[in-house]
Amino acid sequence: MNDLPLMELKDIHKSFGNVDALKGVSISINAGECHCLLGDNGAGKSTFIKIMSGVHQPTSGQISINGKETEINNPRDAIDAGIATVYQDLALIPLMSVSRNFWLGRELTKKVGPITVMDFEKCNSILMTEMDKMGIQLRDPTQSIGTLSGGERQTVAIARAVFFGAKILILDEPTSALGVYQTSNVLKTIERVREKGVAVIFISHNVSHALAVGDKFTVLSRGETLGTAKSGEIDFQELQAMMSGNKELSVLKK
Amino acid sequence: MSTIEKKISLLRSKFSVALLRPDLGAIVGVVLVFLFFFLVARDTGMFSLEGSMNWGIVSSQFIIIAVGACLLMIAGEFDLSVGSMIGFAGIIIAVTSVVWGWPVWLSIITAFAVSMAIGGLIGYITVKTNLPSFIVSLAFLYILRGMTIFIAIISTKKTIIGGVTEVAENDWLAPFFGGKIFTGAFDWLAEQGIIQTFVAGTKAGQPVVSGIPMMMVWAIGLIIFAHFLLTKTRFGNWIYAAGGDAQAARHIGVPVNRVKILMFVFTAFCATVFATTQVIEFGSASADRGILKEFEAIISVVIGGALLTGGYGSVIGAALGAVIFGVVQQGLFFIGVESSLFRVFLGVLLLLAVILNTHVRKLITGAK
Repeated sequence: MNDLPLMELKDIHKSFGNVDALKGVSISINAGECHCLLGDNGAGKSTFIKIMSGVHQPTSGQISINGKETEINNPRDAIDAGIATVYQDLALIPLMSVSRNFWLGRELTKKVGPITVMDFEKCNSILMTEMDKMGIQLRDPTQSIGTLSGGERQTVAIARAVFFGAKILILDEPTSALGVYQTSNVLKTIERVREKGVAVIFISHNVSHALAVGDKFTVLSRGETLGTAKSGEIDFQELQAMMSGNKELSVLKK
Repeated sequence: MSTIEKKISLLRSKFSVALLRPDLGAIVGVVLVFLFFFLVARDTGMFSLEGSMNWGIVSSQFIIIAVGACLLMIAGEFDLSVGSMIGFAGIIIAVTSVVWGWPVWLSIITAFAVSMAIGGLIGYITVKTNLPSFIVSLAFLYILRGMTIFIAIISTKKTIIGGVTEVAENDWLAPFFGGKIFTGAFDWLAEQGIIQTFVAGTKAGQPVVSGIPMMMVWAIGLIIFAHFLLTKTRFGNWIYAAGGDAQAARHIGVPVNRVKILMFVFTAFCATVFATTQVIEFGSASADRGILKEFEAIISVVIGGALLTGGYGSVIGAALGAVIFGVVQQGLFFIGVESSLFRVFLGVLLLLAVILNTHVRKLITGAK
């Protein structure tokens, strides 16, 4: 593994008018690592994701990819740099088949005479292989996304991002809407992706889910990073306390 | 899992996939409708060659506009201006060719160009303002109908413009809309005594059905084109995506606005095909032609299993929905039932179809 971080963000600030959403966020991401970014609601997680995925530009700060300072001016730049974001709403279309969803926008085609048509045979067989690798047993590539469970949908969305060349995968609250069993499936998927050398940025406010897969933990609180800890160096209570700014929990204990 | 269990589960999934076919309801509907009329109207000549041509032509008319409405609905939009567009395109052809003396081919091409441009404009306004297409196209329902009557009145002081047959006589493009094909084959069949011939009148000796009307050819051509586009091409995938979840589709890089606008253009194209075939067939255009056609198109599409909310549907289903329309409308005529009951039937059918589709949607999306 390379010592150079795959992606590094230093002292990122972002203001919207008078509101300072981010007041100095630093994080460094390595290949094959699952880096958990923890924070309570309103800590600035969404803003930070949008900066990494090119939706927003930082007011100040430095972004480097493979050691080279880079500007991410739009989502296209982010995709070209191998950064893929799987949002909570997944960008999957429930009424469409798994195969049509997986290839949407990047359909494989073939020529039949002068006409270009989708190559369903190839699309479907590649899809089945990819799903198999991710541990999803699809009955049929033409079954609709709507028939899959929430965890399976997450996995399809992740598999799609990785298949299309994501080096850095940003997962926005992938487990927040899932039950225990589904969550464990998604965590397994994250493990599989990580083994391929993809860097995973796992954004969550659920400390136990983060601890289950994370290699590193960065806590975001009120627009600032409070530092990064490695797996094993920090426990549930400490993380929880940092996230909540040490206050709310003590109030609860009384 | 044992192999037998696997096979059973595969069979079961194939069965449920078949149940989820959007056009299943329409297929069952067509079978029932044919069965019914075959039982009650067999002796009326409804299923003779001549009788079949009768409901075949009516069905073809419905199909031509249903195909456009189908792709548009799957792309997540409606066009309520279809009926007005039919009147509008017809008057353009008649005014430019009969009143202004343009060659008919130029009139037809102009009608297509103007209608498709307006279709594009409806689409553009819809995607740019983010307003429901229902409202935008409703505005055009009135704008176009008003313009049609206005143009007809100021150029001829009448709302019906005749004389197209005379000016279209030696035109090269008009036969593509008003003629018949395979007339030689039908003549030959008549000579062999397989098709009956007229026994009296000016057409004595000619076969009762002299060929396949171009309207049917257009209907079949449009079905094949739209079905192929939707199910086989990547653009078809984008049509589903644009209607299924426009925002998600945009995220992944699908040019949703372009897809939707093009579908409005295609709907206008279909409306103009309808208008042109009628004008060439009847030799006249009337400013009130096409009234309520937009709803008939939408009902065909819904009977065909498409969801009103977009993202799901089938061209074959819409075509079968149109056939149900045509067969029932003409069938009631054959069995001598008061034709107003057709609308009652239609309303009931629409209601049943929507309830069924909503149920199917729940099955597909897993929503409770």
